[in-house]
Amino acid sequence: MLKPVKKKSEFARVMKQLAKNKLAILGLIILLAEIILCAGAPLFTKYGVAEMDYMSFMDPTPSAEHIFGCDSMGFDIYTRVLYGGRYSITIGIAAIIISACIGIVIGSVAGYFGGQVDNVIMRLLDVIQAIPGMLLMIVISAMLGPGFVNTILALSVSSIPGMARMLRANMMKERGNEYIEASQSINCSKPRIIFIHLLPNCISPIIVQATMGVAQTITLAASLSFIGLGVQPPTPEWGAMLSASRAYIRQYPHMVIFPGLAIAVTVLALNLLGDGLRDALDPKLKN
Amino acid sequence: MPVPVIEVKHLKKYFSTPRGMLHAVDDVSFTIERGKTLGVVGESGCGKSTLGRTIIHLHEPSAGQVFLDGNDITGVRGGDLKRAREKMQIIFQDPYSSLDSRKTIESTVREPLKVAKKYSKAEIDEKTIALMNLVGIDERLRQSYPHELDGGRRQRVGIARALALDPEFVVCDEPVSALDVSIQAQVLNLLKKLQMDKGLTYMFVTHDMSVVRHISDDICVMYLGQVVEKCPAKELFRMPLHPYTKALLSAIPSVDIHHPNKREILKGEITSPINPKPGCRFAARCPHATEACQQAQVQEEVSPGHFVTCCRIHEL
Repeated sequence: MLKPVKKKSEFARVMKQLAKNKLAILGLIILLAEIILCAGAPLFTKYGVAEMDYMSFMDPTPSAEHIFGCDSMGFDIYTRVLYGGRYSITIGIAAIIISACIGIVIGSVAGYFGGQVDNVIMRLLDVIQAIPGMLLMIVISAMLGPGFVNTILALSVSSIPGMARMLRANMMKERGNEYIEASQSINCSKPRIIFIHLLPNCISPIIVQATMGVAQTITLAASLSFIGLGVQPPTPEWGAMLSASRAYIRQYPHMVIFPGLAIAVTVLALNLLGDGLRDALDPKLKN
Repeated sequence: MPVPVIEVKHLKKYFSTPRGMLHAVDDVSFTIERGKTLGVVGESGCGKSTLGRTIIHLHEPSAGQVFLDGNDITGVRGGDLKRAREKMQIIFQDPYSSLDSRKTIESTVREPLKVAKKYSKAEIDEKTIALMNLVGIDERLRQSYPHELDGGRRQRVGIARALALDPEFVVCDEPVSALDVSIQAQVLNLLKKLQMDKGLTYMFVTHDMSVVRHISDDICVMYLGQVVEKCPAKELFRMPLHPYTKALLSAIPSVDIHHPNKREILKGEITSPINPKPGCRFAARCPHATEACQQAQVQEEVSPGHFVTCCRIHEL
């Protein structure tokens, strides 16, 4: 009789593996800290997000009062970085989750079935990819109108083809393995073969791509904000803050350093986490 | 006469390639009786594996029929295909790529039972353990992943998976050629034991003549998608008739240094399997080829149970 074994779930196993990777944990801690700081922003700062300090016009550089200094409008940069994170991180994560979900489905179908199905799907994706990413985002946000949700949509549409292509390539490689024939011969349904067998074997590059994609999306969201099609001012958003302070980079570098640092730290944390996840997801690397 | 487990009639499998039709399996017919083993031998690329896969419906046949227990299962779909597949399983050559590296041994063995949707959870648990014992995988390896096992153990997992649904017919697609010689014997003996215990019928695909001699009741020699000779195993080794079979047998290394085999070295290239001409496909390499060999060949029963496809068989 089967003992009721320590039924290790896949999730528990991955977490255990992840815990062994110190850098990945560091990334996770940074990310969690950021999320806590941003979500609970009012608790960590005494200024309001649109509160001007007229005195700072004399000297906006960092001081005891304003640890990150103030920007050209007299807003406290520390406060705005915290509030801005709410938008930046949400945009980044939401856009990637949407595009990953759609990309995975499209890529799996194209990669598994191949032939004509693959041909039709890939040509459609070619159409999307033929338009430069930035231009596509501009078109979509211009069509839908600027705003938070529309920014997310615009960003996700433009990263779908990359995700789908990557998954498709992996699917095609994995599909040739004999264990797929074995699952056919034991009557696994097509969805079962695709999602239970193929996908777990193909997903790691997608996860890595996604974590790094979040970082990229944050900067892309910034570009959209810069041309006025992203999140609208005075909503604080890291990218928007960067571009707003661009003019003062020589005199007051702190105005770009701190929002830039926020982006950089987030990107770093996500990359560390992504690398760790990739290793943890691969049972072959278990030691 | 009992109904054979597997009967194949004029089975053809062509693949379309940019340069034309590739005749992987071309007009193959045979029957396998219950509890017997048909060995299929031939060189790489002669269509042995494709034949096995076409019979168990991993490939759609281009023409011809496959009968399982007397029922025509050619082109069945849906529920019928499911039921047919439960009775026909396959053991693969490469124990590395035939197991999903992200699934534990236990979940690989369980899967067929789970997918069949016929058993309760308790039954699945019980059957899984029974299967693992049957093929000799230690219980402590249940939660291991395939890469933690050696080739022999992995192959046992593959066997357990194939046997999970109690099939009648198993295609063994070079199950031992990727294993060490010492492990080969273990796995072969396991396959033989399972055959005796469960009355399994095997189609044993291999290019290793000593393996096929050890395990088969009948042997079918293939060359470029066609059966050139088919007869009981003992007879094939005692009295090979087709020139290709003779060349193949002469390639078995002899352990007797005083009487080394006289090796027949074949000359020439293998004819392309793409759009082949009618006529004997071996003619280009055959030392006895004549004009007549360019005509289409017919299979002939030269003695009871011994079939040869060669027009010059009576002259040689």
